[in-house]
Amino acid sequence: MLRALLLILSVVAIAHAELCKPDAQNAFKVRISIKTALGDNAYAWDANEEYLFKAMVAFAMRRYSSKSTTQISNVLLCNVTDRVSFWFVVTDSSKNVTTVPGSEVEAAIRMNRNRINNAFLLSDKTLQFLKITSTLSPPVEPSTPVWLIVFGVVLCLIVAGIVFLIVSGIQKHKKKNKESTERENLEEKVEVTLENGIPCEALDLKAGHINGVFAADDDRFTSL
Amino acid sequence: GFLIPYLIMLIAEGMPLLYLELAVGQRMRQGSIGAWKIISPYLCGVGVASVVVSFFLSMYYNVINAWAFWYLFHSFQDPLPWATCPLNSNRTGYEEECEKTSSTQYFWYRQTLNISPSLEASGSVQWEQALCLTLAWLVVYLCILRGTASTGKVVYVTASLPYCVLIIYLIRGLTLHGAVNGLVYMFTPKLEQLLNPKAWISAATQIFFSLGLGFGSLIAFASYNEPSNNCQRHAIIVSLINSTTSIFASIVTFSIYGFKATFNYESCINKVILLLLNAFDLEEGSLTADNLNEMKDYLMATYPQEYAQLAPQIKNCSLEAELDTAVQGTGLAFIVYSEAIKNMEVPQLYSVLYFFMLLMLGIGSMLGNTAAILTPLTDSRAIASRFPKEVISGVVCFVNCIIGLIFTMEAGNYWFDIFNDYAATLSLLLIVLVETIAVCYIYGIRRFEKDLYTMIGRKPNWYWKIMWAFVSPLLIISLFIFYITDYILTGTLQYQAWDATQGQLVTKDYPGYALAVIGLLVASSTMCIPLGALVTFVRKRLKRERVATVA
Repeated sequence: MLRALLLILSVVAIAHAELCKPDAQNAFKVRISIKTALGDNAYAWDANEEYLFKAMVAFAMRRYSSKSTTQISNVLLCNVTDRVSFWFVVTDSSKNVTTVPGSEVEAAIRMNRNRINNAFLLSDKTLQFLKITSTLSPPVEPSTPVWLIVFGVVLCLIVAGIVFLIVSGIQKHKKKNKESTERENLEEKVEVTLENGIPCEALDLKAGHINGVFAADDDRFTSL
Repeated sequence: GFLIPYLIMLIAEGMPLLYLELAVGQRMRQGSIGAWKIISPYLCGVGVASVVVSFFLSMYYNVINAWAFWYLFHSFQDPLPWATCPLNSNRTGYEEECEKTSSTQYFWYRQTLNISPSLEASGSVQWEQALCLTLAWLVVYLCILRGTASTGKVVYVTASLPYCVLIIYLIRGLTLHGAVNGLVYMFTPKLEQLLNPKAWISAATQIFFSLGLGFGSLIAFASYNEPSNNCQRHAIIVSLINSTTSIFASIVTFSIYGFKATFNYESCINKVILLLLNAFDLEEGSLTADNLNEMKDYLMATYPQEYAQLAPQIKNCSLEAELDTAVQGTGLAFIVYSEAIKNMEVPQLYSVLYFFMLLMLGIGSMLGNTAAILTPLTDSRAIASRFPKEVISGVVCFVNCIIGLIFTMEAGNYWFDIFNDYAATLSLLLIVLVETIAVCYIYGIRRFEKDLYTMIGRKPNWYWKIMWAFVSPLLIISLFIFYITDYILTGTLQYQAWDATQGQLVTKDYPGYALAVIGLLVASSTMCIPLGALVTFVRKRLKRERVATVA
């Protein structure tokens, strides 16, 4: 009886070993970089973490296929290295000693990737399933590209500046033309005596300078 | 390492030639065409050549401002668009081209230029770049609209703002991790670089360009000066300020460059460490930058087969190699700086500051160029009497903008490189050479001395006279010989084309029509000088014959 039990156990162990080994069918390699992700807050990878991992994979399988037949014991881990990397398979308890097809496992993990990452405080980059590609989130794009808005603002300012300068230049030109034509008309109508181009009325004769040489000494001139 | 040729060229070429041009402009009180006509009627071609070179320069230089605008407008996003690669169509990874090269190079070559694989494949005009180019020309038009008097006020802003930004960048740059590496690299002279004539040629070209010699813009600006303006003092002050600014700017540039090189070196090392950790399933943290080499040897000894399989992927990271990646070309200026900026904190702020400064510098240069073109046009009475100066400047800007659309096509950057390399360099050397010889030997150095004495009250001392008469012309002639021998030795001309499949630049030969364009560019400006002399000679002969027949 004991011998039969031992035989069955060893068969199961060997079967498990055959099911889970590197590059086995339907097996996936996982690579975890805890120190890169958490730095000083890194936790050590031990048997408890492995148990949590098995639980998360079982949870993912249950959620995906929505039949509650996958147990934690169905998830087999092997070849755990210091890196921390290992291989895992999910066995099917209904069919004896076989593994769940890789495509199903992949789809299940893909669906629940976020939950699995968060359980370990890691991200897609630090908890890598080597054959399962992750869907990257697209960057947030506003409806109008930002640069067009800034471009529009600057363009409006510059065009406003140019129009302002041109218009003020034209106005100055017109004013100068009007002034010169007005002055010409004025000069034609009234014969104004001009002193160096300035009408004499504009000159304030009272404020004019008196030349001291001629006005200072009346005695110098011989009297009439 | 570049400092020694730069300083020597400054003292031997920059200062004397700057003084010469300022004095000529101030004395003759006309733009470049009129000024050289006065010195000798056979030399009107020199002025025309200057204007032609300025015209070519203004055609392509504003594209740099358009790129600066593009980057400036894109700096108002978080994260910066050149910081990450875009995703591919089924969102499983990044775009293939972006994976092969870095995200900054991808942003420059694909999203800014949308560059084609070769010069022959012209492609279509990129509307985004065309818009930015139009905006750049509108800004230039706004500044030159009212003539040189208003341009002078604008230059106060465009010249002083870059200093503020440079100071901010100096403080930021020197506090960056790895900046010291860049500074050490900049100040260590490299003997093999000094013996290479290319370093001296590029130092001379750099001095010519930064001082604006030979473009006619200096003569144009100096003609607006008072006749009694002390141009000797101004020439010395301007060239000293110019060189201290260049050195200051290169300190900032090299500290940021050192930061970028150190960052890339450290990421390269981290990538190698990750590769080895994953391949051999070693514990995290067992491989660090310090023990990497010993661990590599150990792994090579323990697992020779797997290591041999991995060997092609393991890159030899070297800080020297990162620092040596060529620091030239306009595209590289955008790539290097945007790469450095994306790794800083608050990158948006630094990005906006940097590209705004670049814009100020670019617009300042454009103002000088357009002034060099406009002054002869407004001087000539035939054109100036019929059209107001707003219309003339508008027409010039419009024509240049339309021609500049060539550079916004997919192959536009290749045409830009053609113009950048060949439109100005050889012609400038020739123009400056003819200028010095004309002033010293045709006009007469004693006459020039007397003119300077009437203007500033002092005769130039022997240093200036020796520089003008002997040293500068000799240096320029030797540069010419170097250029021509270099061209003969390398045979055909080649250019760098971007290969999207490999994600890097490849060298290709210029097609026939591109070589024809290059020849045309160089010929059209240099041939003006002998053509001008010939035309004047023919005219004088005809006049003499007419006078003779009348008499």
